[in-house]
Amino acid sequence: MRLYSGFALLKAGFNGQKNWQSLWRSPEPKPAYDAIIIGAGGHGLGAAYYLAKQHGIRNIAVLEKGWVGGGNTGRNTTIIRSNYLFNESAALYDHAVKLWENLSQTLNYNVMFSQRGVMMLAHNVHDVQVFKRHVHANRCNGVDNEWLSAEQAKVFCPPLNISANMRYPILGAALQRRGGTARHDAVAWGYARAADDLGVDIIENCEVIGIRRDATGAVEAVETSRGLIRTKKLGVSASGHTSVVLGMAGVRLPLESYPLQALVSEPVKPVFPCVVMSNTIHAYISQSDKGELVIGAGTDAYTSYTQRGGLHISSHTLEAICELFPMFRRMRMLRNWGGIVDVTPDRSPIIAKTPVPGLYVNCGWGTGGFKATPGAAHLLAWTMAKDEPHTINAPYTIERFRDGYLIDEAAAAAVAH
Amino acid sequence: MGNAFRNKDGKYIDYTQILRFTFDGKIYQGYKGDTLASALLANGVHLLGRSFKYHRPRGIVAAGADEPNALVTVQRDHARTTPNVKATQVELYEGLIAESQNRWPNLRFDVGALNTLISNFIPAGFYYKTFMWPRQAWGKFYEPFIRGVAGLGVAPTEADPDRYSQRFAHCDVLVVGAGRAGLAAAMEAAEKGLRVLICDEQNMFGGSLLSNADVQSTESLLQTMEKLHQYSKVTCLKRTIAFGYFPHNMIGLCERLTEHLPNPAKGDVRERLWQVRARHVILATGALERPLVFPGNDRPGVMLAGAARTYLNRYGVLPGKNIACVVGHDNGYLAALELQQAGATIAVIADVRTKPVGRYIEQARQAGLPIRSGMTVTGTGGYRRVRNISVAPIVNGNIDASDTIRCDTVLMTGGYTPSVHLFSQSRGKLEWKSEQNAYIPSQSTENLSSVGSAAGLAGNDRGVIGALPMTNKSTAFVDWQNDVTVKDIDLATREGFHSIEHIKRYTTSGMATDQGKTSNINTLGIVSNILQKPVPEIGLTTFRMPYTPVSFGIFAGFARGDLFDPVRTTPMHSWAIEQNAVFEDVSLWKRARYFPRNSESMNEAVARECLAVRASCGLFDASTLGKIEVVGPDAAEFLNRMYINAWSKLTVGKCRYGVLCREDGFVMDDGVVGRLATDRFHLTTTTGGAARVLAMMEDYLQTEWQDLQVWLTSTTEQWAVIAVQGPRARDIIAPLISGIDISAHAFPHMSIGEGTIHGITMRLMRVSFTGELGYEINVPADHGRAIWEAIYEAGQAHGITPYGTEAMHVLRAEKGYVIIGQETDGTATPDDVGLSWAIGKAKPDYVGKRALIRQAMQAPTRKQLVGLLTLDDQVVLEEGAQICATAANTPPMQLIGHVTSSYYSATLGRSIALAMVAGGRTCYGKTLYVLMPSAAIPVTLTAPVFYDEKGEQVNG
Ligand SMILES: Cc1cc2nc3c(=O)[nH]c(=O)nc-3n(C[C@H](O)[C@H](O)[C@H](O)COP(=O)(O)OP(=O)(O)OC[C@H]3O[C@@H](n4cnc5c(N)ncnc54)[C@H](O)[C@@H]3O)c2cc1C
Repeated sequence: MRLYSGFALLKAGFNGQKNWQSLWRSPEPKPAYDAIIIGAGGHGLGAAYYLAKQHGIRNIAVLEKGWVGGGNTGRNTTIIRSNYLFNESAALYDHAVKLWENLSQTLNYNVMFSQRGVMMLAHNVHDVQVFKRHVHANRCNGVDNEWLSAEQAKVFCPPLNISANMRYPILGAALQRRGGTARHDAVAWGYARAADDLGVDIIENCEVIGIRRDATGAVEAVETSRGLIRTKKLGVSASGHTSVVLGMAGVRLPLESYPLQALVSEPVKPVFPCVVMSNTIHAYISQSDKGELVIGAGTDAYTSYTQRGGLHISSHTLEAICELFPMFRRMRMLRNWGGIVDVTPDRSPIIAKTPVPGLYVNCGWGTGGFKATPGAAHLLAWTMAKDEPHTINAPYTIERFRDGYLIDEAAAAAVAH
Repeated sequence: MGNAFRNKDGKYIDYTQILRFTFDGKIYQGYKGDTLASALLANGVHLLGRSFKYHRPRGIVAAGADEPNALVTVQRDHARTTPNVKATQVELYEGLIAESQNRWPNLRFDVGALNTLISNFIPAGFYYKTFMWPRQAWGKFYEPFIRGVAGLGVAPTEADPDRYSQRFAHCDVLVVGAGRAGLAAAMEAAEKGLRVLICDEQNMFGGSLLSNADVQSTESLLQTMEKLHQYSKVTCLKRTIAFGYFPHNMIGLCERLTEHLPNPAKGDVRERLWQVRARHVILATGALERPLVFPGNDRPGVMLAGAARTYLNRYGVLPGKNIACVVGHDNGYLAALELQQAGATIAVIADVRTKPVGRYIEQARQAGLPIRSGMTVTGTGGYRRVRNISVAPIVNGNIDASDTIRCDTVLMTGGYTPSVHLFSQSRGKLEWKSEQNAYIPSQSTENLSSVGSAAGLAGNDRGVIGALPMTNKSTAFVDWQNDVTVKDIDLATREGFHSIEHIKRYTTSGMATDQGKTSNINTLGIVSNILQKPVPEIGLTTFRMPYTPVSFGIFAGFARGDLFDPVRTTPMHSWAIEQNAVFEDVSLWKRARYFPRNSESMNEAVARECLAVRASCGLFDASTLGKIEVVGPDAAEFLNRMYINAWSKLTVGKCRYGVLCREDGFVMDDGVVGRLATDRFHLTTTTGGAARVLAMMEDYLQTEWQDLQVWLTSTTEQWAVIAVQGPRARDIIAPLISGIDISAHAFPHMSIGEGTIHGITMRLMRVSFTGELGYEINVPADHGRAIWEAIYEAGQAHGITPYGTEAMHVLRAEKGYVIIGQETDGTATPDDVGLSWAIGKAKPDYVGKRALIRQAMQAPTRKQLVGLLTLDDQVVLEEGAQICATAANTPPMQLIGHVTSSYYSATLGRSIALAMVAGGRTCYGKTLYVLMPSAAIPVTLTAPVFYDEKGEQVNG
């Protein structure tokens, strides 16, 4: 792999940037692999990378029905934070944030992880109670999160209107300074490049259409649009389509798939320094390095695979944004899009073995799995390599829905993303 | 300097109305009918902006929504500033103020242009390859720098005072685009007597007809418009873009109402969102002209040939006097002919095709225009304005020696691309037609048709796509605004980005505010050429809403301030205001939190209110509680299935505290339910849970239990609820009541009855959320305030004291009553919060029952509701603080619970707290630690009741 650096770029500048190579090859699928991962999103590519890098498995393929990063990885609003309430969640998401902090260097690819701070606004007494509980729990779990008064919040984010006459006045905010955003495509490309360098075959335009199991019930091969490929270790990281894929192996998952939308404004000069989320009035906003305001909110109310949500959902989101930031009413929507997110009953993911030997799954990230990308990838790889979960993902089983050991962040705080 | 480039033949210019405007502080003149772009061109101004990355000087390329370069900020005042507006779409008005963007210190001398010097070192995606060392420098240095140079205009910083509105409409036929094809379609539908809505983004109907020189175009347009206006069922919306195509033929339109006015009146609606549901949609969106990609194609003065025709014919403006044309489509010849007629010199027509034939070509030959075919462009000269163009013949596939020709304007055209954006948004399938070099609509999924050039181009009107043959790729722009060159696309493909989605994301081609209107197809052509694959194999990026950028304001519409979410107030709200109550928001409601007297702090007021309730009597507004009337022969059975409690045996006239679980066994809501008759219950919910509970009940009733005959009616707003709580409660209300014997034995705790109070019908419940003797008096909402005042009056002698939600919280915490959402958080079972006594154990089923037998629900380590007493009884714990078995206060710690409620209890003269602690009920008496950043506070675990443990007070 040709290393990237400012110096390399400078050198290349003198010969017209001619010497750069493909970030990843476009290999034909081999007849068999030691491990296969379905889904070339950040999670799947990352898992392949860690399998190759940390577990010595080199004969790996990542199968992708479309193009690398074309799923939710390339569609999300990139909010990264780890100030989750429960011990299990804090451990999981902070594991990811720690990996994020060095990811550009690890991958030698600038994923633009920007710790510009994620601030959650409290609009009523209940919000205050909930967020303070988070702040306490996070401190005790070694996760940074601090309570700001409305005035302090305004200093951190000047566009905030903290007047008491608002319909939803801002009573304060919880701020995670280590939280922020990253460049979504770069994450997929960076992992793809690094995995490819370790020999991983990334096979695009290769849809998995069946999973074959042997006489013992264990995974044997996958049927794809590019033919049969054998493997005994199959990891599924197909986000919104996971239940479809697992269905091919006869495994039913407690997942529902919903459209989730996001939108950006036209680019403007820096006006918005951090990420602001308001769960009470359902909206969140940040500004990308390119200058676009990046805005999102909740899912549609109905399940669907259409990759587009209702106009009323984006309207409601913009109502909330205009209410919080009335100066943005004149800003204009440039692009709106949707992705399909896979939601579990407790809004926490599944990273686990399945009842089928050799079949592993990483899913249920719903509206908030981008932030977990390196962590989820690392844990899926670990689970596949060792055939048992890491302590961090041990609670994230499928069986918890049967047994009741839920990790219900959504119920606890009505916070998504 | 006045309109040196203006003639008198602009068809849609009103030469009698001179308008003055300023651009970058300089005053210019234009006419009514001008756009900002046409007026500036008329004044010879071509330099309008700077590009995103290299800050190259840029001019006007197009004449409409496809303009990539000429973005300006239009300012009315500080609050009403709109950045990134296309000058080609700004209608001129008297006094218009426009500013150029993304330059410093000014448009002519922009320091950012130095980036051009290092353009070799900052190709597409360069930022992915660098800025990684040292690690911290990204956030501290590189990123802030990048952000600073990125972005175009400056966002407004003050609240936008303008109004936006919304409308819903239905029609038989919605026609999008009022050009020749759209008007014809609308006319045809109108003649059939159908309800027609036709919209066009421009300020007048006509589409490309407006750009034609011939008289027939104008006349036929006039006639059509006249006829169309005679049909009463036809609605014509100009200045209206159809920006989005939503499922089931729902189209979003954005109508601009005041942008073109010099002084819109305060309160006028600026823009309106239309949500139109159409039986049939006709897309007559026309076609967009394609630029050509050659070195130096971005200099001010390089313009689309069709745009030049528009400026000339519609606005009477010549883009220049000495014009070179680079053409890949016959339309370029037409432009040349018309401009020559208007007095311009045509320096050269360089046709990139080898043997062009056609009507206009013939005419051009006859007119003696200097035509050269089989050409390419090797570069252009000039800085703030194009000065010359170098053209070279292609000989045997190679670029031959070039000629440099002086000119002040370069017109280019590669032909037309059908506007299929909306069709594609509707999820229709597009088909590549190589003979047209275009994607055209094929199968559609909605009831729609495409007409005119939106449906495809005539014959083999293919023009050219992609890049012209060239050697210097670094100034051959594909996406002007985002500064994407052919070299960038080369690089992207070399780096393995072969899917068009990747190329778009890596180079950002097509992601600018023109949404790729000029760049997408050429990008496809270039990639197809590099990879030697046919265009359809490269893929096609998804067309996304909106078609052109639309204001956030229209989506918000009227939903602002108090209309953003309705504010709900109780019938006694005005009274509370008069008493200086401090309010809190609880879901949509405003609830009185406390009633400070004089200069009391909240704590002082709350202490006084609590003491009054315990000592004599308090008055509390409980109207916000949700109320549902449950009626029907199966009402009791319905409640049996919904609640964890059993209801069959509840006798008429009695109340019971009910607990609702979700399907997963966790507590969802609670409230007292009273039985008014065998088939009628008065049910209460929490304030925040009212709608949720009703929805859940309806859901079960309508989908799971269709066998039950039960009807649910929300009565939350029908009843004003006045809680009278305290030892003197009965004494106070008894004199006002008739129809019910409320003596202690006739109407004991948990009774419900109907009677009158002060002559008004009432439902009286003897219930208590304070632990004192108490009543909740339900009266029709209209009488709420009057009855409240009557009780207040009657209570004066007893020291009756109004109290708010804060005192209510303290009082109930003293008794260990839970608040849903405070003690519970969606993860607590009834048993966790000490409510397993409420479960009807003999019932065959209820919502959540199955879930409650799951393993985890029985685990001894579950968090349970307990009381906490601090060793120092004056220390009030912080709600949300975490609890640990040891005092060690550095992570990682073993957290076993958290404080859910914590108050200073004036009644007890000490602090109290409720908490959820793992296995807490088995550890009463134990010392635990509440962890604060500064210290671990020791606490003793107790039962969660601090006052009147035996519960005698309620029975007083
Ligand atoms: C609009 C939106 C906003 C969001 N905002 C945030 C946010 O701010 N913060 C955050 O943390 N998270 C956010 N998320 C969630 C986040 O995007 C996802 O949780 C995360 O990206 C999932 O990554 P992944 O790699 O698991 O899935 P994906 O990136 O979706 O990858 C799955 C891949 O599997 C492929 N696939 C599916 N089926 C098959 C098959 N049969 N054969 C082969 N390949 C298949 C798909 O094509 C896809 O490429 C958001 C999501 C959306 C849609």
